[in-house]
Amino acid sequence: MSPVTRMTQNSPAKPKLELDPTVIRKARSLARKAGAPVVKITKTHTTVSVERAVLRLAGLSGADHEGVPWVNHLVDAVRDEVGLEHGVTTPVFDALRRGEAPDLLTLAQKSAADSVSFRVPQGRDGSAAQKLALRSVKPGMARIDKNRATRERLVKRHGNPKQRPWIYLIVATGDIYEDIPQAQTAAREGADIIAVIRSTGQSLLDFVPEGATREGYAGTYATQENFRLMRAALDDVSKELGRYIRLVNYASGLCMPEIATLAGLERLDMMLNDSMYGILFRDINPIRTFVDQRFSRQIHARAGIIINTGEDNYLTTADAVDAAHTVTVSQLMNEYFAKEAGLQDWQLGLGHAFEINPEIPDSFRMELAQALLARQLFPKAPLKWMPPTKYMTGDVFRGYLLDGFFNLVGTMTGQDILLVGMMTEAVVTPFLSDRDLALQNVRYVLNAAGGLAEDFHPPRDGFIQTRARQVLSEAVDLLEKIANDTTGQPGSVPLLQAIGDGTFGLMKRPADAGKGLDGVVKRAPGYDNPVSTLLERPTVSERRPPIAGSASDNPKGAEA
Amino acid sequence: MKASADIIRPYGDTTDDGMVQVSFTLPVPLDKRAEGAALQLAAKMGLAPALLVHAMAMGSDFTFFIVYGSVSHLVDLREVIVIEREFALLSAKDVNAAIKKRLHRKLVVVGACIGTDAHTVGIDAILNIKGFAGEKGLEYYSEIRVVNCGAQVLVPELVARARAEKADAVLVSQVVTQKDRHIHNTMTMSAAFREAYPAGKVPLLVVGGPRFEQGSADALGVDRVFGKGTTPGEVASYLVHAMATMREQTT
Repeated sequence: MSPVTRMTQNSPAKPKLELDPTVIRKARSLARKAGAPVVKITKTHTTVSVERAVLRLAGLSGADHEGVPWVNHLVDAVRDEVGLEHGVTTPVFDALRRGEAPDLLTLAQKSAADSVSFRVPQGRDGSAAQKLALRSVKPGMARIDKNRATRERLVKRHGNPKQRPWIYLIVATGDIYEDIPQAQTAAREGADIIAVIRSTGQSLLDFVPEGATREGYAGTYATQENFRLMRAALDDVSKELGRYIRLVNYASGLCMPEIATLAGLERLDMMLNDSMYGILFRDINPIRTFVDQRFSRQIHARAGIIINTGEDNYLTTADAVDAAHTVTVSQLMNEYFAKEAGLQDWQLGLGHAFEINPEIPDSFRMELAQALLARQLFPKAPLKWMPPTKYMTGDVFRGYLLDGFFNLVGTMTGQDILLVGMMTEAVVTPFLSDRDLALQNVRYVLNAAGGLAEDFHPPRDGFIQTRARQVLSEAVDLLEKIANDTTGQPGSVPLLQAIGDGTFGLMKRPADAGKGLDGVVKRAPGYDNPVSTLLERPTVSERRPPIAGSASDNPKGAEA
Repeated sequence: MKASADIIRPYGDTTDDGMVQVSFTLPVPLDKRAEGAALQLAAKMGLAPALLVHAMAMGSDFTFFIVYGSVSHLVDLREVIVIEREFALLSAKDVNAAIKKRLHRKLVVVGACIGTDAHTVGIDAILNIKGFAGEKGLEYYSEIRVVNCGAQVLVPELVARARAEKADAVLVSQVVTQKDRHIHNTMTMSAAFREAYPAGKVPLLVVGGPRFEQGSADALGVDRVFGKGTTPGEVASYLVHAMATMREQTT
């Protein structure tokens, strides 16, 4: 498929769906209305994980002999003694100034042994500590900036994938040294993006494990060293293939801000990062999630990382026909929160999935309608298209066919990132041969029908156009309901109320419950976070999107 | 070879032709030797004659094969053991009526995915109103009160919740099976319940997932194991059946 194909399909002259622009504007303004009060709350809170991320940027890494990271020790020690209301850095750098220890690592080690005393410095001491903190996180930020520049240089040198969508493959052995050759093989077989799935338990760990890891459950632990090893291996294979291979991991769960930071420090290229996934599917406290998420997204914005959102998850619990609009609502909310945090359109890998029951008549047409709707609502976003899982059975032959249809929707509707479906989904961990067969499937469809987008124009008021409009209008109705949910106490936040009521995915998640709640701290008036200071400082340069062609095609941007 | 009614062979396109199809990968590069290796494996699996219909390189070190062949093994139907369902399937109406008659109150079911397992598909299919395979979930039953704790619930949390809700039955789903996590988690769970409750007062412990072996309930310390494809109606019917022997919960 040539780049021209994409230009044609995104041409503003002839949109595939005739959607009412006023309805789209209304949807975005409702998303803003629902999201803004939540953003306000995030600005008045911090979390243990945000504070630990700041220490990581200040250069503190490593763990004690039991594997407890030094950042955890130091944040816990400060919290026990003076609280985190003022941020961790002010008391920490004040302690360094007072000569409690020569450097951060020693300070953390001493704090683990309870032999340091912290205070919240006032006046001149306070501003001196804050100044020192700001100076100390600058090298970390510079490393993130440098990594971004390196990525841009390597993409220029090796090139982007020649076809669209980009092909996204998962490796997950649990052992980083087993993952590396698998990832390199996958790249040689055609994968453009490698995701290393995390060990299942990691999202609920309140610390980031250290070092290279060789044992995980249904995935490999996300650690800084694992990130580094895999990125280096993919750099080698990028050079060999003449194509920049992107690396994906997960900025989610209780350590979201730290993992986002490590991703920036080790030049990961994409991160799974959904605004509400942790709340709904991991029962993580809503405030914790939103605070962590905003910081993570600010880091991602700075690091030039593309986020991938997790709308596919809604459809695994709810019905993909009845709940289609919840996907659209989530995409709009993810877009709002992402842009508020400084991410640009080319960084929004909004997700959606092929999960309609194949037994339903016209299921394929409805999939087309939904995929086109996403394409048209977010014309500049690198949409992530995810394969069937819910209706995959032990019938691997039928599964292979379903994956073929999934690939067809992906190419017909101009999706950008295609997560390759495995016919053994729901049966076993994919065999080596399953991956190869899956890639054959993708190649056949792209090769045979890659240009079909050019010919495919659903008729006005036909089934597909009507279905897309219906989903959009249901999305607007739901957003209206959320934005105006005032069933709670006066002054309560409607979106949090809606999450508490079970509006999304049928799961009720009240704002005062959930995992990680005890790691949420309300900021005091003197709160200082040097990383936020740097992240929120207006940047001078608007950088070029690395996906050439995707940003300049359509003048009607997705402005939130 | 003439098969009686009890002795059967696979059916390709003719009675007793024994034809089967298998696919596998061998860790050798594609060449004549690799093909010979595939045929050797097929012969050892009982395929004679074996027809190597497809061989394809998977990278430089592996080859994928598809083999068709007539399998020499016979299946003796008399030796097949089937574990029959020990309870009658009831309609939702009958389930409700039975609970009402026996308990004079709602049956309390607490459900969760425990350990690191985050796959709520199974437990949700059984508990959520939405249900599974056209059957409504247990939430739909007027005489059942459902508490769905969701995913990655810690065992002590589950025990505490079961006590607080005065659970009659605890449903646990385990989808992740890597390194036998499901077995380990289930045994931890059942042990915790036995420890937390006085003997004879433990709620019914029911576990479900695609990889549990039939008949392994005793070894796991639970009352019943459900496998892949179980519907909410089956679970509800089982709960009613088990109530007959269940003592009134007081804790």
